[in-house]
Amino acid sequence: MTLLKLDNLKVHFPIRGGFFRRVVDHVKAVDGVSFELQQGETYGLVGESGSGKSTTGKAVVKLNEVTSGQILFEGRDLASLSRREIKPFRKDIQMIFQDPYSSLNPKKRVLDIIAEPLRNFERLSPSEEKKIVQDFLDKVGLSPESIHKYPHEFSGGQRQRIGIARSLTLKPKLIIADEPVSALDVSVQAQVLNFLQDLQQEFNLTYLFVGHDLGVIRHMCDRMGVMYRGRLVEEGKSEEIYENPQHIYTKRLIAAIPDLEPEVREDKVQLRKKLTSEYESTYSKYFDENGRAYDLKPISSTHRVALQ
Amino acid sequence: MKKAILQIENLTTSFRIGNKYHAAVDDVSFTVNENEIVAVVGESGCGKSALALSIMQLHNKQRTKSEGDINYKGQNLLKLNDVQMNKVRGKELGMIFQEPLTALNPLMTIGKQIEENLDYHTELSSAEKKNRTIELLTQVGIPYPERTYKQYPHELSGGMRQRAMISIAIACNPALVIADEPTTALDVTIQAQILDLLKDIQSRTKMGIILITHDLSVVAEVADRIVVMYAGQVVETGSVKEIFNNPLHPYTRSLLNSIPSAANEKNRLHVIEGIVPSIAKMDRIGCRFQDRIPWIPKHAHEETPRLHEVGNGHFVRCTCYKAFYFQAEGDASAHDITKIR
Repeated sequence: MTLLKLDNLKVHFPIRGGFFRRVVDHVKAVDGVSFELQQGETYGLVGESGSGKSTTGKAVVKLNEVTSGQILFEGRDLASLSRREIKPFRKDIQMIFQDPYSSLNPKKRVLDIIAEPLRNFERLSPSEEKKIVQDFLDKVGLSPESIHKYPHEFSGGQRQRIGIARSLTLKPKLIIADEPVSALDVSVQAQVLNFLQDLQQEFNLTYLFVGHDLGVIRHMCDRMGVMYRGRLVEEGKSEEIYENPQHIYTKRLIAAIPDLEPEVREDKVQLRKKLTSEYESTYSKYFDENGRAYDLKPISSTHRVALQ
Repeated sequence: MKKAILQIENLTTSFRIGNKYHAAVDDVSFTVNENEIVAVVGESGCGKSALALSIMQLHNKQRTKSEGDINYKGQNLLKLNDVQMNKVRGKELGMIFQEPLTALNPLMTIGKQIEENLDYHTELSSAEKKNRTIELLTQVGIPYPERTYKQYPHELSGGMRQRAMISIAIACNPALVIADEPTTALDVTIQAQILDLLKDIQSRTKMGIILITHDLSVVAEVADRIVVMYAGQVVETGSVKEIFNNPLHPYTRSLLNSIPSAANEKNRLHVIEGIVPSIAKMDRIGCRFQDRIPWIPKHAHEETPRLHEVGNGHFVRCTCYKAFYFQAEGDASAHDITKIR
């Protein structure tokens, strides 16, 4: 079942300048992105900084103005709804942010942080509210007495789990995880990733996982899309993308992943050199004269590539 | 036999908290040879950055105390005064910092920042300095060196800024460069470029590099030798091949198993129990890793863990590695990638 479908989504930011600060041009942060998320799957969005992957994620929760295109969530187009009309949908789509240090209000106690979404949508007595918060704290592996503490009293991994608990309180259907582990150490990262997988099973969640670490994305995601300059250049099952990349940008991205085996490193340096020259010689095959990637074309039933 | 550039012996760096000193770097010894990359690996709080700053002596002297011996060309760097150290720093030892945007001066052009180093350590005329700077910028692969010379850090992308930083570090042809997480703030594609660049520069200048990082895959990609640190101590050291093919210390093995990679794809990742102890609260007697592997019997640990040689310059601290196994939580041990290799 399709839970979320983006259809030709565009997010353009105006560049103002000149007389009366008129709009002189646009930054096309997201420029015609389409993909679908099935219920219960994890979809990864990768790309380098500035590729528009976070902007896409934020547009789904409408933290960014959508310029054009559709965001169909369970068949309703979120992009066309007004602020008030969209409110009930906010319950179903929640977000986990990248930096656990700046996404929790330092002046609020954990109780207030986690209960904030509940207070927006439900009328609960303080004791009911406390019970729910403690239940979720227990789920994310924090002690019940944490509710009276402040964010600075926790380590990075614990804070990220507070952020996750906050996103779960309203029983959402879709979670947008914007680089949820990139600020964490490897061993803590492992903890949070395992934990996100457990929660997915338990609550039947769908994840839109935005990230730049290809190892993490491969570990977590069933399907993924590779973004470059605001466009999807390749999309398919994780195995397809990693084992059989077709677009030159994807190939370069995969060749750049450091390998845990020291024996193969000379080959990888050579491979990267080869791909760089291939990139230069075959540029026009993958990008049009404005440097824009072509539209995606299916090469198998699940695998789509932006080719001429 | 390779020529040793820097020999660190029994280096202990302590920070003052209240009235007490606590060791963040505890009895660390290793050598960096010519044309060699030594990677210092560990998680936040293991003392790897404190170690880098101790070598460069960039710690606040009022609050820190460094003991031991950092032997560079026959002199102990710890015994030098500020004036003498200033002559070494930047000229003989270069440093690349993690976050190029904060480490570069936002009010100075890139060219001036590189020249600052040359000003201090060389007698070049201004025209010569400019030539040298352009040459350096070309060397680190900046496409338009003349233009970049006049630009400010904010006008450059992250990768270009890091290149500019590298050119500052290598401006005076140092014998050793310390790179503190040089690629952590960068994208994978740029990271690969910067690592290739470092190797490339090294093959030309034969300098030694100390690479401080938390990313074991970066280490596998470039390093010759590895020093794994935990809670201020070296827990395992050896050549890259040794450490990746035959990791022994429980900490090294746990770290390797917690990285999502092709080998443990779709399985659960290994999680190390507990947290890294803070330096003020740490129990300094016995094996420091024992609290994080509570299922290993206490008698498996040494009372005062030493580094044991297991052959080929491979050293492991404590005897607990002999008794170590992954606990069957879920099925972590079944998928122990350190055993499959």
